[in-house]
Formats: sequence, structure tokens, C-alpha cells
Amino acid sequence: MATNAYVSHATGYVDNEGPKVVTSRFLHPDSYTLERSEATGGYSALRAVLQMEPADAAAQVKEAILLGRGGAGFPAGIKWGFMPAVWPRYLVVNGDESEPGTYKDRLLMERDPHQLIEGCIITCYALGLNTCFLYVRGEMALAQERLAQALNDAYAAGYVGKDIMGTDVGIDIVLHWGAGAYIVGEETALIESLEGNRGMPRLKPPFFPAAKGLYMKPTIVNNVETLANLPWIFTNGVDAYRQLGSERSPGTRMLAISGHVNRPGVYEVEQGVVTFRDLFYGDNYCQGIAAGNELKMFIPGGGSAPWFFPEQLDLKLEAAEVGAAGSMLGSGALVVMDHTTDAVKACLRVVRFFARESCGKCTPCREGTTWEEQILQRIMDGNGRPSDIDLLLDIGSQISPGDYPAAAFEAEGLTAVPFPPKQTTICPLGPSSVAPIVSAIRRFRHEFEAKMPVAPAVSDQHEQRTDGETSMSEAEAEEVHA
Amino acid sequence: MSRLTASNVLLAREIIGYYPRPKSALIPLLHLAQHQDGYVAEDAMEHIAELLHLTPAEVLGTCSFYEMFKLEPVGRYVINICTNISCLLNGGEELLHHAEERLGIRSGGTTDDGLFTIEDVECIAACTEAPCLQVNYRYEYRLDNDDFDRLLADLRAGSRTDIPAHGTLGRIRQHIGPDRIAGIERPELAGTPAWFTARQPAADGGAGGGS
Repeated sequence: MATNAYVSHATGYVDNEGPKVVTSRFLHPDSYTLERSEATGGYSALRAVLQMEPADAAAQVKEAILLGRGGAGFPAGIKWGFMPAVWPRYLVVNGDESEPGTYKDRLLMERDPHQLIEGCIITCYALGLNTCFLYVRGEMALAQERLAQALNDAYAAGYVGKDIMGTDVGIDIVLHWGAGAYIVGEETALIESLEGNRGMPRLKPPFFPAAKGLYMKPTIVNNVETLANLPWIFTNGVDAYRQLGSERSPGTRMLAISGHVNRPGVYEVEQGVVTFRDLFYGDNYCQGIAAGNELKMFIPGGGSAPWFFPEQLDLKLEAAEVGAAGSMLGSGALVVMDHTTDAVKACLRVVRFFARESCGKCTPCREGTTWEEQILQRIMDGNGRPSDIDLLLDIGSQISPGDYPAAAFEAEGLTAVPFPPKQTTICPLGPSSVAPIVSAIRRFRHEFEAKMPVAPAVSDQHEQRTDGETSMSEAEAEEVHA
Repeated sequence: MSRLTASNVLLAREIIGYYPRPKSALIPLLHLAQHQDGYVAEDAMEHIAELLHLTPAEVLGTCSFYEMFKLEPVGRYVINICTNISCLLNGGEELLHHAEERLGIRSGGTTDDGLFTIEDVECIAACTEAPCLQVNYRYEYRLDNDDFDRLLADLRAGSRTDIPAHGTLGRIRQHIGPDRIAGIERPELAGTPAWFTARQPAADGGAGGGS
């Protein structure tokens, strides 16, 4: 029975009511040990998979509609199918979780490393490959320790390495530590980093990692949570998995809900079933906005996601529905902001993140994110210029041309612009910086305007001279842009 | 300051052996150098270049991209205070300002006694526990100013034995015994694993794809 409470040894995790696919061992204080894993069915799915033909195992994952949990939500089984019949081929596990607001992979690595290892071996077996790299974010020291111990134990017990579980199957998993770079969460940047280079994304097309990835060999990059689902799927069957969640989004997701709520936490939640309102206000989840305040806005899927507002509360957490409404579920990170939140400040802080984390490869992102930050900073400091609001949108449109994804704002007659954004850059980092800007300006333009200084004396004289003209002259506008 | 010690060279060679190409071991070896000296010394980078058959410039080129690698000595305790959105909403900035005031240094600075460095960092994946920080990548959750002061006092008193000096990440390392390793696949060697070929349906002739 679920306790519907925090679990003291798994800080942040809430044992709420609902099916548990990936967090089933979290209640055990020793969930990370091989003993506990084995005593609770660990590696039994692998034993069953080793009796199957690899292609059958891959087919089952495809049938399960296991959506990627890293951000893009692409079905893992279909991604696997993109691999050409070329060897050697590699599996790279993306544990470089760093999207603002996101944490679930860290808990999965710290609390149940054997579940992930089992998922990795199942994947390697299904894909017919024998070398897997497990890339863990550098800042996650405990996850590194737990995974290292788990791997050492799993090797010794014959679950990894040579002759797995008494068969002729041999698969190695190498634990790799990152060193602090958000962009390395992008799969081609992660591959570059794993090759010992600066973590800059590769241009794709022509080459996608499934065809030419690590060392230009076929490579599948999957998220930690995605692979952690595999032992459950093979233990309980595809049908049981597809009975959880919705038809298009089966199974569960781990969601980190933070910010201004009464019970922020990491929850395992059935996909496509609950609404944002359930999550923020439900007794089984966050139990309302903190301090009895009103909801102002929320980020539904990590710092890269366009913001939602109270009007979107009744949307279900279904990727297609949220995408059509102008945002994304992304990495399962929800950040709730109450009515006391300064929209400009929140916008600046998210933009600053992208400015700091831009790898510098593409000019629109490298320069644009920095300009965005500087302009927002001067608005915050009370030094904004009248044209700054449009200038922000203009810079944004040079990183992400066309109508940027946004939620409907009926009071202003604005309809939703569906996700995803267009981009002039190699990867989505730059376009992500536009999300908070468009979200905040579309909805709270008055907050930006309110921070503008009272017109300086020079402008007043100018306006008098031009006899009643109130808008900026061409020359003045040029000056501001320069 | 220093090249890798003899025992660390042995460890470095073991790490290199886990990768299909030596350069892939570059980030792990930079971590090893930082573990040894608390930062990545120039001599260590030259030594790593020798071990990986790279130029020192290639080593620096990678090293300088990643913010965890420090090219100058830092404090024994690097305190990373998160000010990203979830922490911002719950007092992360105020905590950073308090830390700066208490230690008399700005974000990025190190105290004169070489004990503390503070950094204003991006999301460290503990958003429900805001405001949060890491000391040498070990978490502290939901801190107010008093909690922070107590943390400093404990670190000064040396009573936080759970936190190693800066540079040490995971204290448990992966070791794959020679009798247990299946064989890291080199990109130059084509060919399907024998176990995979043996498990292909007969009609497929063993040349089918993996999916």
C-alpha cells in the first residue's frame, strides 16, 4: 500500500497511489544493493529475455510503445529499428540529466542501479551489440558510486560481462562520468563528449546516431528512465504495460514537480491520464499551491518548454495534447509559479541558463542567447529601452523563425501555436531560450513595460520638437539596435 | 603542479583499456588528475596527452569546455549554490548572497585560507528540495541561512567526513576483472558478436539486423 508520503531515504520521492513500474523498490532503504534487487525479482526479466531471439525482444519493445523519457518522447522501439545491419554498434545511456527542474534519472541511478543495468543488458541483447557506455552526469557523485558498486557486483554475479547468466552472451557496460555541460544531454554532443571532445552537437542530417554515431558506428542513445522500464515490461508483458497509461502513451513517467506547491516531489504517474490540475492540487500529488496563493504560470516540461497558464490546467499529460496546446512534456519537469512571481525575473533566469550553457557552435545561439540575457538584465535593472521588448522577440525570431510555440491566451485573442519551434541552429538549445521570452511577453507584456524607466529628458525634448510625435524616430530606433 | 603518480598511471592505463579508442578516456583521466591535485594542473595535462597520444593542446581543448574542471587551485570545499528557476522561486539567490557575505567572497572566488570556493550554478537536479547546494558534489537540501552557517562550521571543524576534498567524485570505481570482461568492441573490427549470429533465425542466414 502506498503511504502517500515522502520516503526519507529517497529525498524528494513521494510514494503516491498508483502503479509503480520503475520505482517499485524505492521503499526499501537498501534498494540499490544486489541482494535487495535479486530478492525482489531483479534480473529475472533478463533471464527470460536471454531465452528469446534478440529480434523478438526488440519487437516486443516496439509493440509496447516505450516512449523515450529524455525529452523528445520518441518511441525507443522505432529508434532501435533505424540501425542499419552494420557492426560494431554501440549503446550509449544518457544519464546526463540537467534540464532545469528535472530529476528522476538521478533517483533511478541512486536508488535502483541494478534495474538500469538490467535494462541496458536487455537492450544490448535485443540489438545484438556487446558494448554499452553509461554516461552519468559529472555532478552526481552518489549516482556514480552506486552504479560503480552495482556494476562491480553485477559483473561478479555474472549478470554483466562474459558468459552472462551461464549463456555464451558477452556484454560489457562501461561507466563514464561527465564533467559539467548541459549540452552534452543532446545525443550527438554526448557522443562527441564520449569520444573525448568538446561537447558540441553534430549536424544532422546527414548522419543520425543510429546510423553513424560513436566512432561513426551505429549507436543508440537512450535515456536512463526509458531503459529502466524494460525489466518491468519483460516481467509483466507488453499487454500489461499497455494497460497502464493512455493508448498513445502507455506506462508511467516520473515527474519532478517543484516551485510553489505544498508538496513538491518526484512522483511516478500514469501517462496521459492525470491532468496538470490533478498534479498541482490533488491530495495524491502536490496538494495545492503553497501559502494558499494563486497559480500564475507553470513550466510543463523543463526549462526548454513554453509556459502554460491556469487555462491549460485541465490538459492531460499526453504528449500530443500538450504539443498541440503549444508546449511539451519534455523531461518530466514541472515548475509551478504563484502570483507573487516576477515574470520578467523568471524569464531572465531561464534565459540566463541557456546563455551560460550555449556551446558556442552556432552563431544565432551563441550571440543571441547572450544578447537576450543582457537585454533582460537591463530591463530588470530598470535600464530597459522602449524597443527592448520587440528587440527580444526579434532576436528570438532569428534563432527560431516563424511563430514560436505558445499557449492560447483567449483574453487577448491569441490561439495556441503548436510545438516544436523552428530553428536556425544545429540543436534545440538556442530555440529553447526563446520559450520563456515568448511565453512571458505574450502573456505579461505589461510587466515588462512596467519596468521601463520613465522617459528621459532628452526624449521629451525630442518629442516636443517633432510636434506631438510620440513614437521613436527611425534614427533613434537604429541607435537602440546598434 | 604535478604529473600523475605511479599508482594513478596504473589506474589511468586500466581506464584507457575500457574504451575502444584512447581519446575517449580523456575526461575520466582529467577527473583522475583533479582527484589527485584538487584541480587540473598543466603538468598533469601534458602527462595525460602522453598517455593518450594527444597533443597537450587537444587535452586543454577538451578540458576547458567542461566547467567541473578547474585550471587553477580552488578551495578544499567547492560550494555550488543553485540559483536556477526552482531554487530561485524558493530563495536560492538569497542563499547565494548570504554565502557571499559570510565568506567575504563573490561567486567564483576562494577564501584566503583556501578552504572554500563558492559558485553560482545551474540546476543540480534536486529541485523539490530548493534551495539546495552541493559541497564537492554532495547534496545539502532546503537550507536557510542558519543551516548554511552550521554547514560552514561543520566543514571548518572537519566533522563532515562524508565529504571528500575537492576533486574526488565517486569514491567507488568500476573495475572489470580480466576474467569477467567480455571484450570492449573496437570500431575498426567489423562483425557481429558470435552469440548474436547464433541466435538469428535460420532463414535469415545470420546476417539480419538487430531489430
